[in-house]
Formats: sequence, C-alpha cells, structure tokens
Amino acid sequence: MDVHIRVENLTFRRGARKIFDNLSLEIPRGQVVAIMGPSGTGKTTLLKLIAGQLTPEKGRVLVDGEDVHRLSRRRLFALRQRMGMLFQSGALLTDLNVFDNVAFPLREHTNLSENLIERLVLMKLQAVGLRGARHMMPSALSGGMARRVALARAIAMDPDMIMYDEPFVGQDPITMGVLVTLVRKLNTSLGLTSVVVSHDVQEVLSIADYVYVISQGQVMAQGTVEVIRNSDDPYVRQFLQGAPDGPVPFHFPAEDYKKDLGLC
Amino acid sequence: MGKQTKIEIGVGILVVLTVAALFMIALRASNFTATFQDRPTYTLRAYFDNIGGLKVRAPVKLSGVVIGRVSTIGIDPETYQAWVTMKIDQAYRLPLDTSASILTSGLLGDQYIGLEPGGDEEYLADGDEIEITQSALVLEDLIGQFLVKMSDQGGEQ
Amino acid sequence: MLRFVQWLGHHSLSRIRAAGRLGLFLFSLLPALPYALWRVALLLKQVYNTGTLSLPIIMTAGLFVGMVLGLQGYNVLVDYNSEEAVGTMTALSLFRELGPVVAALLFVGRAGSALTAEIGLMRSTEQLSALEMMAVDPLKFIFAPRFLAVVIVLPMLALIFSALGVLGGYLVAVGWLGVDEGAFWSQMISHVDWYDDVINGVIKSVVFALLVALLSLFHGAEAVPTSEGVSNATTRTVVQGSLGILALDFILTALMFN
Repeated sequence: MDVHIRVENLTFRRGARKIFDNLSLEIPRGQVVAIMGPSGTGKTTLLKLIAGQLTPEKGRVLVDGEDVHRLSRRRLFALRQRMGMLFQSGALLTDLNVFDNVAFPLREHTNLSENLIERLVLMKLQAVGLRGARHMMPSALSGGMARRVALARAIAMDPDMIMYDEPFVGQDPITMGVLVTLVRKLNTSLGLTSVVVSHDVQEVLSIADYVYVISQGQVMAQGTVEVIRNSDDPYVRQFLQGAPDGPVPFHFPAEDYKKDLGLC
Repeated sequence: MGKQTKIEIGVGILVVLTVAALFMIALRASNFTATFQDRPTYTLRAYFDNIGGLKVRAPVKLSGVVIGRVSTIGIDPETYQAWVTMKIDQAYRLPLDTSASILTSGLLGDQYIGLEPGGDEEYLADGDEIEITQSALVLEDLIGQFLVKMSDQGGEQ
Repeated sequence: MLRFVQWLGHHSLSRIRAAGRLGLFLFSLLPALPYALWRVALLLKQVYNTGTLSLPIIMTAGLFVGMVLGLQGYNVLVDYNSEEAVGTMTALSLFRELGPVVAALLFVGRAGSALTAEIGLMRSTEQLSALEMMAVDPLKFIFAPRFLAVVIVLPMLALIFSALGVLGGYLVAVGWLGVDEGAFWSQMISHVDWYDDVINGVIKSVVFALLVALLSLFHGAEAVPTSEGVSNATTRTVVQGSLGILALDFILTALMFN
C-alpha cells in the first residue's frame, strides 16, 4: 500500500487539554479516507496539523515522506501547493468575485497567461457546476455554493490531495447530495487522495474507502466501511446509530447530582 | 467603469490634492521659496550693548527692504557685549561706515536690524564688523527715563 | 491588600505580554514590507481604501478647524491691534500640531478601526488560514500593503488637512472679518519656516502613521474570532491609537520645538 500521509505518535494539547494522545494513522494514496468522531474531538485540528499550520508537541506528520513540521517555510509552502483544503465556511476572499477567487492561486503561483488562466478557471468551475456564477461576489452565494467555489479553488492548482473540513455540515439534502457526489467524482477523475473530516455518518460511509473513528485523542476503530458498519465496539455503534447515551455519556462530567443540589 | 479604474482615479485624486496642498503651503504659507532661492550671501558681525528681543532669523533691512537675516547671536565673554552675525545677500554692497540699529516693527512688533548706509567709498567684505551700532530701545528703560524727566520738571516748577 | 498586589501583578504581566506580542508582530512584519512595493495593485487598493475614502472627513474637518482658529485668533489678536497675525497663528497651529494630530485622530477612527475589523473578520472567516493553505503568506499579501498604505497616506492627509485649514482661516479672517489680504499672507510667509514647521509636522504624521498602522493590524490579527471579539479589537485600536498619538505628540513636540 502506497502511504500518502502518515501520522506518527502525534501528541497535541491546547492549554491543559490533551487533544491528541499518541495518535497514529495512515492515509493511502488515491483513496477517500474519512476521519470521523463527535464534535470537539479535534478533527479540524488534525487537518491543521497535517497542513503544518499547527505544530505538535510530540510525534510527526509525513506527507510524501517529508516531515511537515521540519520543513523550511519555503519548502512547506511548496508542499502546500500540492495540497488543497476545503474550509468549513468556504473561506473565499470576500473582496474578489467567484472567478477571481478560483483564479487566485493560479495568479499567485504561476506565470500563465490570462487567456490560459481563464480557460483553467472555467474548467474548474464547470467541474463544480458553477460556471454560470463566475461574476457573483461571495456574499451573494449560498453556503453550499460557496463551498463548491472553494472546492474549485482548492483543485485549481491540480493538487495531489484535498482535505475536507466538515464538507456536509449544515447543508440541505440536495446540496449535501451534490457535495457527496463531487467529493467522490473529483477523487476518481483527478486521482486525488481525499481526507474527509466529518460527523455526518451516512454521507461519509457512502463514499469512503477507509474510515478512522477517533475519540479522546486516539483511534477508536478503523477499517473499510463494511468493517466499521459491522463493528461490535459499543462506542462505534453508539456513534453510528446516534444513541444519546452509551459509552459517550449524555452528561458532561460533573459532581454527583444530588450533592450539587444540596440534597445530601 | 471597472473596479481597478475606480481605484486608480481615486488614488489620482488623493495625489493631486496632496500636491496642491504642498504647493499652497510651499508658495503661499511658508518661507519655502526663500529657503530654496539660496542666493549667495556674505557674513557681517556687529556688537550691541543690548539686543532686546532680537531673535535668530530676524530680518535685516535696508531702507525697509529685507536684504538678509540674523544667523547667530552670542555674547562676548570679555566685554559682555552681545554679538550678532547676519547673512547679507551678495547683491547688496554696503559702505564701510554703515550703521546698524535694532528696531521694532510697530509698537509691539518683532525686532529687526535696520542698516543705514554711510558715505564711504569702500565696501564691507565677508566677515567684517559693523562698528557703528545702536542698541535696542528697551521700553522699561524709556518709561523710566520719561518718569525721571517728569519728576525733574515737577521739581523745577 | 495582597489581592490588590496580585491584581496589579496580573495586569502588569498581561500588559507586558501584549507588548511582547506587538513587538514580535512588528518583527515578523518588517521583512514582508518590501513585498508590498512590488505588488502595486494591492498597494493602490489599500491607498484608495484608507486614503481616498478618508478624504471627505479630513477635508471637511480641516476646513472647519481652520475657520474656528481664524475666528478665535482674530478675537484675541484684535485686542492687540495685530489681527494680521491671525494667518500666522492659524498656519503655525495647523502645521505644527493640529494638522498631524487631528488628521491622525480622525484617521484612527475612520480607517484604523476599519482595518482592524476587516482583518478580524478575515481571521474569523478563515480567510487568513485559507491564504496560508494556498501557500500565500498573509503577512505579505494582507498585512504589508495595508501597513505601507497607512504610512504613505496619513502624511498626505495631514498636509491636505493643514492646507484646507489655512484656507478656512483665510475665508473667515479675510473674507468675513476684513483682515487685509496682503498682510495675512505676507505675515505667514515671513513667520512659517518650511523646515522647522512644515517638515517637522510631516515627520510627526509619519510617526503617527507607523503607530496607527501597527496597532490596527495587530489588533485585527489578535481579535478573538467572534463578533464581540472583533468589536473589542476595534475599540482597542481606536482607544490605544488616540492616546498613543497624543502621548507621542507631546514627546515629539518636546524634541522638535525645544
């Protein structure tokens, strides 16, 4: 198996709270890998660690065999040109219209002629179905459209991999369907490695090749969709079925209820 | 009109207004023209018993026309007299027996040096001293003298 | 008592830490600055946003401040029969103090706060993160052009403010109160020094510009990414900026005109 991203013994803490405790995982090239877990387990943090925006306390992240956190700023930026990231909010530059947003990385990093850039941008916009919205400003776009434009921007530089940060959250069923198909379609047609961070169980399981379930800073379960679906692990079962109580308690850790109310 | 055009026009307006402001300040509201018309000057020196409120950069006038400026002011440690050096425009040549007095423009105005040319055939050169000088009139002294005179007259009557 | 000492220590420490972060921010920004000269379009856009859009408030304020100076100056000077000096008085107050200081204060409120809010929002909408992910350095792309634009624009605005102020003084003194026009201008020319008064004023506004640029960008970058966080950051820019300008003005005046 050709490993694209390897996370080794990663420990990261925010203040006193340990977000990752000796976390290790491997992401094979060309596959859609889902990283699932309840909110607050640091899934977005993991993406930022992989991209080198955050530095871990211990452990390392290898992308194509390069240790992300030991690269010089220039080498890191070169590496990032081969990475795409789709932010939860889209994170489009608000003062540029759709076309210029998608053209932005091309204009910054290449010396292509305006003519060629225009053709490339239209191709990318066509891929996400928004060629007709090229003159709109980001403020005029719906959340789902903004994410699709951001996706077109993320693939503008023809990266080897894309990281999706909660791509399905807060979307209506139709938009969700569009995004799900897009993730799968881009993965196959561009031969990308896709890392999808999400807690939308059904959508993710419908497209993922391999799944990691993380909780409390560690990998709780991993495997193909089949393995995960048939897992006996009570935690995984709770997560997949969305049961309110189980190994993950309904109550945030607190003192004894009776004691808190002063009843005894 | 494109966004870029709008920005360029806007920046153009800012630049034009700044240049206009600079021109106005330089030409109408400050001595910019004088500073940059640096005409060649020569230096003269004069001693006074009292320079009153004379300041550096005060004008030096000949028949009411400004022909130079006071450049430095100091005191002679031996005679305790005040000395003043002034830079005079080289276009104006002054006879050797020119006299300098410290005058006041108006009753309460600024003080300046007034030059009175003499009749000598030779001219003052760079670094020369003006020997005939008259100190500033100090208002308090004048009033004092006036009061003494008044009381003297009163006594005679 | 002990509580008070602890409170004092806590606050001093957090102030010192903030100052340290401000220093670090400046230190990381400096090497990115030359980049802004190279990207003319980005710079022009910021010059437009901070400069051209501030013109109306600066010009109106300048005119009115000059008119007030003319009126007040005339009322005082007419008692000494030297109302011709009203031009000199107006011009000197404007060039030395009011031009640089009032223009800078207005600028903090108009453009400095806008910069802080803009960058704070960019941070909260992950735009800065997205730039980093696209291998574009926000320091070069976002911060440097804004910093440089402020430093270029504020002295320009201060000059425009002063010039319009003199014009306002002229309108009131000559046009309305009947001061002799020739005397008004000639007194000004003979008493206002290009270097001592005008250039020193420009130097002041460059120093204020450095302060305003640094503070507004720093608070934007430090803003907590919530609407309350951004509004707090904007307030900090305006308060610290205004007080900083006045304090620096005292120091600069003491150095220049003493």
